Amino acid sequence: MKLSARIAVPTAGFVLAGLAGLTATGCAPQTSDNSAKKDEKSGTLRVWLFREVSNEPKQKVVDRAVDAFRARHQDADVEIEYIPVETRAQKIKAAFNDPKSAPDLIEYGNTDTAGYVKDGGLADVTADFEAWAEAKDTDPAAKQSVTVGGKVYGAPLFVGVRALYYRTDVFKDLGLRPPTSQAELVTTAKKIRKAKPAMYGLAVGGAYTYGALPFIWANGGELAEESGGTYTSAIASPAAQKGIKAYTSLFGPDNCPAAKCAEMGGNDTVTAFASGRAGMAIGGDFSHAAVEAGKVKGKYAVVPLPGVRAGEIAPAFAGGNNIGVLKSSSHRTLAVGLMKQLTGKKTQEELFDAMGFLPTYTDVRETAAKKQPFVEPFIKTLAAGAKAAPASPGWAQIDSSLVLPTMFQEVVSGRKDVAAASGDAAKKMNDAFGAAR
Amino acid sequence: MNATARRGSGWTPWLYLAPALVVLAGLLVYPLYQLGLISFLEYTQAQVSGGEPTTFKGLGNYATLFGDPQFWQVLLATVVFAAACVLATLSLGCALAVLLTRIRAVPRLALMMAALGAWATPAITGSTVWVFLFDPDFGPVNKLLGLGDHSWTYGRYSAFALVLLEVVWCSFPFVMVTVYAGIRAIPAEVLEAASLDGASRWRIWRSVMAPMLRPILVVVTIQSVIWDFKIFTQIYVMTNGGGIAGQNLVLNVYAYQKAFASSQYSLGSAIGVVMLLILLSVTLVHLRLLRRQGEEL
Repeated sequence: MKLSARIAVPTAGFVLAGLAGLTATGCAPQTSDNSAKKDEKSGTLRVWLFREVSNEPKQKVVDRAVDAFRARHQDADVEIEYIPVETRAQKIKAAFNDPKSAPDLIEYGNTDTAGYVKDGGLADVTADFEAWAEAKDTDPAAKQSVTVGGKVYGAPLFVGVRALYYRTDVFKDLGLRPPTSQAELVTTAKKIRKAKPAMYGLAVGGAYTYGALPFIWANGGELAEESGGTYTSAIASPAAQKGIKAYTSLFGPDNCPAAKCAEMGGNDTVTAFASGRAGMAIGGDFSHAAVEAGKVKGKYAVVPLPGVRAGEIAPAFAGGNNIGVLKSSSHRTLAVGLMKQLTGKKTQEELFDAMGFLPTYTDVRETAAKKQPFVEPFIKTLAAGAKAAPASPGWAQIDSSLVLPTMFQEVVSGRKDVAAASGDAAKKMNDAFGAAR
Repeated sequence: MNATARRGSGWTPWLYLAPALVVLAGLLVYPLYQLGLISFLEYTQAQVSGGEPTTFKGLGNYATLFGDPQFWQVLLATVVFAAACVLATLSLGCALAVLLTRIRAVPRLALMMAALGAWATPAITGSTVWVFLFDPDFGPVNKLLGLGDHSWTYGRYSAFALVLLEVVWCSFPFVMVTVYAGIRAIPAEVLEAASLDGASRWRIWRSVMAPMLRPILVVVTIQSVIWDFKIFTQIYVMTNGGGIAGQNLVLNVYAYQKAFASSQYSLGSAIGVVMLLILLSVTLVHLRLLRRQGEEL
């Protein structure tokens, strides 16, 4: 005790003195200034794009676009860096935190738009976008994915949408036909499981939010409703609850046992399908390569995910990536030029040929469908009206704090009923929307 | 004259300690100070990158935290889980340490090597391998036990039990090696005298070894409490970031989810401060109790 008393007093003095010194030199946690100081017309433009599983074809397309850009801007240099998708969140946050070493342009997932705008990271390019001739053919869902509060913060690069993959051989064996309504989807799934107990009927995942959303939307539910720029959760509405019930009814010994499927995410369900362990799965156009590389190559087909009534298509989640200019860029005009080059019709057409990414321009997409029949169900799904996540910065927080997976898992594991779980989720969502206002 | 001289000599040690204290203050006090400061602010990604101004929130973050029923649930789970881990680690470590003193050189070497192997395995590797061993589809454990496709991570308690096994596996070697070294330092005559008096092995441990090993056991216990209370990697890897519907969250993973996954740095800091205070008080109470019993560390 004696010893500690002797240490305590001088240490306290020392700490206080230290604090005083720190206060004088500014000890508040760091805040970066992301506003651009100048708009240089020459120099090096730095770009961060996502590294895809097989990146080379993407790289070739991008290199051609950059060459075309350089031909028009002789004194501008372009440096492209491919960043891993898994660590993009940290990297982009770091770029916002340290504008000096930040790139001029970034590729980003469209669910992050509102969050990045609130972070003060993306530049408003509304005027440039409106004045751009090609942008007129951008499909409305894609345009919405770069728009926050009526302003445009980037240009869409491609859209991603999910549809129903099914095993043609299994369906033929069992005398089944592709389901045309949600009820038929469920009964078909259970029939497959009954006949082939080693298989999931329809592979579903408790953590597969974007596979579950079409069920909510098809039943007339919504994630959130907007009025005057503020969002309120609608996940506990009767219609949404009906959708949650429909999705969670697929978890169980008669289709996809909860003990395994509650934990699965989107990739797990696609992997299960690709390795032949599922009769059906909800996968994206971007999953095509993974399925082709699996055991089921040549033994599957894709149809749009059916809606509630026969013949309807369930609204899909419109995913995809955008390219935006950073607010801190000191080459704004050049950067906007490069953004148009990278997301222009010609580049998107080439990107589709190389990578299978669906173009965001309706006319380019139509040409693409003629060239590659496998994209047809996805384009049909998009044409039937795909939906985006709420354009609130709160959405990024809802997404990353796993509000919806938690809700599905609570229902699936029998911990809460649909009403209680969706009520709790709605409360958490409203907290996030409120905090982000 | 006399007084000045005494005061002068009182300050001299501090002069010599100053360089070390400056380094310590820079490495320990400053980060702690920042942690505390951030926990009183509204500080999310928007504030870091300058989208919105940083504002003072007072105890707002703490109010949010304490008003969240999930926090209390996670806190309770953390305390119970850490206590179970500490108990299991200490008993296994001590038992094996005693065993080490009683077996021949070759098996002792084998046990030592096995323990050191477990100790040297990075937590993330150990957790990944463990999860694979218990995988419902491909894991050898289910095949061996004939459990079919039983999922170990589905139930809350079975998932915690699985993580507990891994934590004990990777942290008992430290306890074992330290206690073994302690036992070796006990004079052989004392143990011999005890066995000549007819004491059983349990009795020797309880009445002779444990009291003599007390300082070592104290250090090992505090270390284990701190480690197991702050467990992160095992839970994060083995239960996919907190288990189904967050059933396996512990404080550190919860703080990570708040601070980094959803960029609420200030709320994460508040959790950090709460954890720090809990651990500090546990350690202080423990030391205090020992001192009452007349033991010096």
